[in-house]
Amino acid sequence: MTSPGVAVEPHLRCAREAGRKILVTYMTGGLVADWVRYVEAMADAGADAVEIGIPFSDPVMDGPTIQEASGAALARGVTPASILDDVARAQVEVPLVAMTYYNLVARAGHVRFARQLAASGVRGAIVADIPLEESAGWEADAGESGVETVLLAAPVSSDDRLAEICRRSHGFVYGVNVMGVTGERARLSTSAEILAKRLKAVTDLPVVMGFGVSTPEQAATVAAYADGAVVASALMRMVLAGAGPAEVADTVKAFRAAIG
Amino acid sequence: MSSDLKMADPGPTGRFGEFGGMYVPESLVPACAEVERFFRSAWQDPAFRGRLDALLADYAGRPTPLTRAERLSEALGVDVFLKREDLTHTGSHKINNVLGQGLLTLAMGKKRMVAETGAGQHGVATATAAALFGLECVVYMGEVDTERQALNVFRMKLLGARVEPVRSGSRTLKDAVNEAMRDWVATVEDTHYCLGSVMGPHPYPWMVREFQSVIGNEAREQCRKVLGGADPDFVVACVGGGSNAAGTFAGFVSTRARLVGVEAAGGAAVGRGIPGVLHGMRSYLLQDEWGQILEAESISAGLDYPGIGPEHAWLADAGRAEYHSASDAEVLDALKLLARTEGIIPALEPAHALAWLVRATRDGIVPAGSTVMMTLSGRGDKDAETVMGLLQEGSV
Ligand SMILES: Cc1ncc(COP(=O)(O)O)c(C=O)c1O
Repeated sequence: MTSPGVAVEPHLRCAREAGRKILVTYMTGGLVADWVRYVEAMADAGADAVEIGIPFSDPVMDGPTIQEASGAALARGVTPASILDDVARAQVEVPLVAMTYYNLVARAGHVRFARQLAASGVRGAIVADIPLEESAGWEADAGESGVETVLLAAPVSSDDRLAEICRRSHGFVYGVNVMGVTGERARLSTSAEILAKRLKAVTDLPVVMGFGVSTPEQAATVAAYADGAVVASALMRMVLAGAGPAEVADTVKAFRAAIG
Repeated sequence: MSSDLKMADPGPTGRFGEFGGMYVPESLVPACAEVERFFRSAWQDPAFRGRLDALLADYAGRPTPLTRAERLSEALGVDVFLKREDLTHTGSHKINNVLGQGLLTLAMGKKRMVAETGAGQHGVATATAAALFGLECVVYMGEVDTERQALNVFRMKLLGARVEPVRSGSRTLKDAVNEAMRDWVATVEDTHYCLGSVMGPHPYPWMVREFQSVIGNEAREQCRKVLGGADPDFVVACVGGGSNAAGTFAGFVSTRARLVGVEAAGGAAVGRGIPGVLHGMRSYLLQDEWGQILEAESISAGLDYPGIGPEHAWLADAGRAEYHSASDAEVLDALKLLARTEGIIPALEPAHALAWLVRATRDGIVPAGSTVMMTLSGRGDKDAETVMGLLQEGSV
């Protein structure tokens, strides 16, 4: 039996080979009742992959916007299972990547969590709060179920660690633009360019840069150093303010047009 | 039976059995590694140890006395000795840890400390150390706690610290830790995270226990003097994250003493928790079936934490220490008992330890005639207003 959903790495490599920069967008699972329509709208508007935030009570890597979105989703009573049930019905032809924190994975058990992701068509996973030292077990168990673990690389990661991250990451490697949490920023940090170039120098995996990408111009700038960019808080701010899927799709199109 | 189990160096991976570890985002790995490297070398460096010992003596007022609590002992039918951390500068054991981490901050060449605080004692202690060492200081404190510990907020400000109320989540200690970590990720270059208990990622649980072990080491010597060379039958301390208990137990783990940690009934991580990962460590945590962290609930802001230090989780599983809990009502009774029998008003946190002892002597778990060493981790001034409110309400 083949898994539902779209495998991450082949899809992104394909995009890159076609000369296209990779745009990854983010949606907090369960933020609003019709949240899956936002995922579909993002994909239709040109996102090459969509991250699905599975909200955790204590999101230490997130700034105010995604904290608020996570809190709002949890207040609606969503659970990892209800989010995955919803997402299984999504009509999208791009890969979906779960973005979450380790305690939710550990509580379910690696194997069960990975199987649930795979069964719902979510073929990638980012676990934001564990480093190389603690993630090997999860990476292996995820891999068994066909779930690609995307690892994060930070501006302060040593050359040795960057090489190891790139060796073990699947799908793409996620370059963290700034030392700090998620959230919009007026200017792109200089650390983004440096990290993007360091990553490109050591890996053939798609390199996608995220954290603090707030405008289409910033996305274009950072995507030029790497293979693409992640846009999250800027979109969640809109959803929190009441924007519908069509409005969010227009913004995604603007990011798409800018990064090329 | 004397125990050969040790509270030892957990090694480079920071494991206490299956607990502990270093579950932090990649961005914080180099910072944790740096803290470990500096602590490991400082702790073996006689010059560093000498500077710390001098500060503990001349600034913090150590050694603290061991007080034989005669009228309390009479009331309970056991011999109780109190380790008087309430008599240190700033009024709680938290000073032991911050002087150590303050010196370490200087050694690392950093200029700024951030801290989380619940009751405000660790915040006050950190603000104190920052003033002493000329460091900038920001303290994150849950909004709920800034209200119930308004006096400590004022003390921190007087000491020159900035206090940031935290409005996310349950607006208590766990959220203050989240916010301090968020600050640290963005500022690691010039900032040290001065964590206040034996929790968090490696090396904190180990490092903070080592800085607090002065409590247990002193107490063991003092007990031997008053007990004619013997060790106490029971060693009791309250447990929020577990730093005063870990420091106390470190002095007695190799003796025959029964080690007892007392949590707040509303935050009993060992009693009601399930192993999980939060704030950089694997330990027992209050959490729901999906892994969402539950809010602890206690009258004592310092014990309002849904987890426990990983070494305690390990000591509990190994059967070397036992963990019990005390309810808010028992705690208020215990606080009044100590005030009236000994003329000592304890903080609400150590009143938990006494509340358990009162129950355990009544139930015969601590047999009549036993010797008990209890750590009185802090004085009650900060809680006077809370206690006054509760007693007036007649809710207890
Ligand atoms: C006096 C006192 N005792 C105990 C605690 C709990 O901390 P720990 O369990 O780390 O000793 C606090 C925390 O604020 C405190 O102020």
